[in-house]
Amino acid sequence: MLRDRTVFTWGMLTLFVALCIVFADSLGPLAEYPKAYFLPLTDPMNAAMRSFVEAFGTIFKGIAWLLDWPIFVARTVYAYLPWPATLFIVCWLAYLANGRGLAIFAGVSMCYMVVIGYWPETMNSFALVTVSVPMAVIVGFFIGAWGFRSARAHRVIMPSLDLLQTIPAFAYLLPILLLFGFGATVGLVASVLFAFPPMVRNTIIGLRGVSEEVIEAGQMSGATKRQLFWNVRVPSARRQILLGINQATMASLSMVIIASIIGGTNDIGWEVLSTMRKALFGESLLAGLVIALMAMILDRMTWGFANRKRELAGAGDPNTRRSWQIIAGVVFGLIVLAQFIPIMKEWPREWRWEPGPVMNDALQDFTVTYRLALEAIKNFSFFFVMLPIKLGLQEAVSPFTWGFAMSPLVTGLYALLVFAICGVAWLRDRQLIAVVLALLGICLYGGLTNMPWIALSAIFVTLAWQVGGRNLGLWTVAGMLFLVLTGIWEPATTSIYLCGVGVLVSFVVGSAIGVAASENDTVSAIVRPVIDTLQTMPPFVILIPFVMIFRIGEFTALLAIIAYAIVPAIRYTEYGLRNLPEETIEAATMIGSSRLQRLWQVKLPLAMPSIMLGLNQTIMFGISMLVITALVGSTDLGQQIYVGLGDGDFGVGMIAGVGMAVIAMIANGITQNASKNMQRKLGMQVDELA
Amino acid sequence: MKTSPAGDPMPKLSCRNVWKLYGPAADKSLIAQGMTPEQIRDAGHIVASADVSFDVMEGEIFVIMGLSGSGKSTIVRCLSRLVEATSGEILLDGEDLLKASSKELIDIRRHKMGMVFQSFGLMPHLNVLENVAFPLKLQGMGAKERLEHAQRVVNLVGLEGREHSYPNQLSGGQQQRVGIARSLAVEPEVWFLDEPFSALDPLIRRQMQDEFLRLQSELNKSIVFITHDFLEALRIADRMAIMKDGEVVQIGRPVDLILNPANDYVREFTNDVPWELVLTAGDISSDRPIPDGIKTVDASAGVASLLPYLAENDGIGVENKESGERSYLTGRDVIAALATGVQTSDTEEA
Repeated sequence: MLRDRTVFTWGMLTLFVALCIVFADSLGPLAEYPKAYFLPLTDPMNAAMRSFVEAFGTIFKGIAWLLDWPIFVARTVYAYLPWPATLFIVCWLAYLANGRGLAIFAGVSMCYMVVIGYWPETMNSFALVTVSVPMAVIVGFFIGAWGFRSARAHRVIMPSLDLLQTIPAFAYLLPILLLFGFGATVGLVASVLFAFPPMVRNTIIGLRGVSEEVIEAGQMSGATKRQLFWNVRVPSARRQILLGINQATMASLSMVIIASIIGGTNDIGWEVLSTMRKALFGESLLAGLVIALMAMILDRMTWGFANRKRELAGAGDPNTRRSWQIIAGVVFGLIVLAQFIPIMKEWPREWRWEPGPVMNDALQDFTVTYRLALEAIKNFSFFFVMLPIKLGLQEAVSPFTWGFAMSPLVTGLYALLVFAICGVAWLRDRQLIAVVLALLGICLYGGLTNMPWIALSAIFVTLAWQVGGRNLGLWTVAGMLFLVLTGIWEPATTSIYLCGVGVLVSFVVGSAIGVAASENDTVSAIVRPVIDTLQTMPPFVILIPFVMIFRIGEFTALLAIIAYAIVPAIRYTEYGLRNLPEETIEAATMIGSSRLQRLWQVKLPLAMPSIMLGLNQTIMFGISMLVITALVGSTDLGQQIYVGLGDGDFGVGMIAGVGMAVIAMIANGITQNASKNMQRKLGMQVDELA
Repeated sequence: MKTSPAGDPMPKLSCRNVWKLYGPAADKSLIAQGMTPEQIRDAGHIVASADVSFDVMEGEIFVIMGLSGSGKSTIVRCLSRLVEATSGEILLDGEDLLKASSKELIDIRRHKMGMVFQSFGLMPHLNVLENVAFPLKLQGMGAKERLEHAQRVVNLVGLEGREHSYPNQLSGGQQQRVGIARSLAVEPEVWFLDEPFSALDPLIRRQMQDEFLRLQSELNKSIVFITHDFLEALRIADRMAIMKDGEVVQIGRPVDLILNPANDYVREFTNDVPWELVLTAGDISSDRPIPDGIKTVDASAGVASLLPYLAENDGIGVENKESGERSYLTGRDVIAALATGVQTSDTEEA
């Protein structure tokens, strides 16, 4: 009964969409919302922002002045410390956190930073991180503690965090820039804003996760309320809180790098960007590698501290105190030594290792030699995959590319083919699949960006309604109206298309790799370090290699999205398949299933909730990368945000930013609910991976 | 020993008509109206404990036995005020605990109460010694003094050498020793144990029970011990209460429960009991005179230990050392006692 109704709903939707596409020309404002009726939001928003800045500007300038001090101090300290001293301290911390391996890795990486000549820039970026992380951690911890204490606060905090984390990074920068004025403070404030939400989440999860008996034991030990919180609950949640610090650190670094597009801060992110703009891809890659190494060291270090075995600890231990004294002594010695040995103070310019030009030449050679092959890859994907999805077969198919035109005959054949496939599915009693296939066939013909807005909105609203119930449906209606009325529908569909293609490829390829990794330990061992590294990478860095080879454009953007968004697809699929109830698998084996049967008929269906969460994360990762790809010239919402930032146009940037967040939240709502529905059906619970 | 005005020895801890209700509008008024637990349940509330009363004497091990959902955990949490009782009185040395302010309560917990938890409730971030010293730290005792004190308790429970281990490095039995040590660190007068051995393997459980009895013979605390294991209750209890659906079904010495179960519910538990291990010679001997030339044993001797002798002799003499009473126990007496249990189960089946 329920199934019939679902099939009916989707059938009606398909019919509706088909009619919309056929009669697109006569739909008028329902197909393309007239410009004259756009809500004139940008001007009032700009005016409001201007008067706000006029009214409270001095306060924010004052805060900026205050915040400049810690940044100044950190930068001065890092500039004063000779690099061998910094290197020594970091290596020692790395050793404490994760043992000898990480210490060596950190040491080698930092030597690279010195020799390549990016030491001062690296330290400038690092200074921002070291100032912003403690601030984000403190803010995040107290908000988290508040959210833990009060259910009402929790209800307000959680959706605000969702919003903060889905608003694209670029969109943060503009209001901050307007309020605080140019300078390193913008990067600091943006990175604190970006980094504290994961801290809040982890704090709440950690504090809630403390077992009831531990709390009761604390109470029975005669703890006062304050003691119960600080001496029992917080220390028991220590690991989760430290994981929060780990995530906050990574977010902070990522934002510090992004914030450098504002320029004028002489940091490593700026180095990447400016070399990229000058088409000095070799240098750009070398600087990007610095960021990548910094990210890996910070990640492993904070992660190591979170998971450290306790017996190493103990502040009162005389051994620990002694080693602190030794460290201080060595650092002091290095500082003194640096006064006499100039290399230690500053690595001389003429000793720098500069493989950049060589790399550029090699790249040049490579692109020239393989120009045809590269072009072929790019054109094939562009004409046969991307364009059809974007503009639809009706426009993408032309004699110039496909060798034939979309004549009525071809269109008829296409319709017949779709009809035949659907018919087969229907006859096999897969009505819902048949209907959905028909819908997809129609969408492919019409094209995502060419479809009347009413049709595309109808698809999203129906999906949201079916999966998440009435509330999500209504939210989606509101979101779609926002995109239409504010006049950002066109770039929004470009965003949906780019992200959609990226997510589709990531998800299909990623799940396949995940399945392989779950079935085969060797594959898993190879894949794991790769995805771990990709995940720690600030999205900015991932762009570099693709820009090098394919230059700017949508294709490069797509590849970067795939490289970033494939990670969660792989991780969740493998995780889901490897963490199934063992007895069920054993039962399936004893029934006499073959390995393939087990995979398709037992494991995959059971791992579906986890895979669905993977899809959710794939979309989120895709969207966050999508915004960054504005740097390489995609023509979507991200670009509008970027333009708004460049022109200081708060209204344009902010509306595009919120538009992006709307898309992200709708996608998030649908996929989260889908996963939850499946979990409920299977009676299991899947946690999000950290 | 303190005495009440009537001259009876005063109980150390006394639980009087304690109710605990959960539900949207569950308050005292329901109880004041004199509603029965069934009526309250029908009104849509949850009755976790209903009109529970018992006394725990100084130095006594009082066991509360019940299956899951019987309200035994709730009642021990009401006693320690981890859960606030809906109505009733809980008297510790004659003072109503429910009337204590939160400050007084903290003070009572710091000096008079200790509690052991089923899943240990250890602080994961502290090592064994720090865990045991934790209650002392909360009282503000100096580091050196409290660690020394904790060390003594750690030795008492036999954990020497593991002082610097962390809970996740210990076996279940060792962790519960830490839990026990921590609860004893403040030298409490009243000791609550909430299913302390239920999470342990059977062999370890047995060892820990012995260990517990050894500790009690040294420390002589007033104890409330919660368990779902009838045999554990029999082994340990001086007196015990059986709970069902939040109500106390029967209170008495283990042997009273076995020989005179209050109803079928209690009888069902006693069916599985190896009686010869529970009954003592004094419980089942008769007043007939002892023939000459026969061995005499103490009344507290377990029946099982007498079986080899009874297999070869007609009977055995039984002497109660406290009262000086002498009686006679024959093999037939033993068989008759064991048969009571068998008979009851037969009639039930028929």
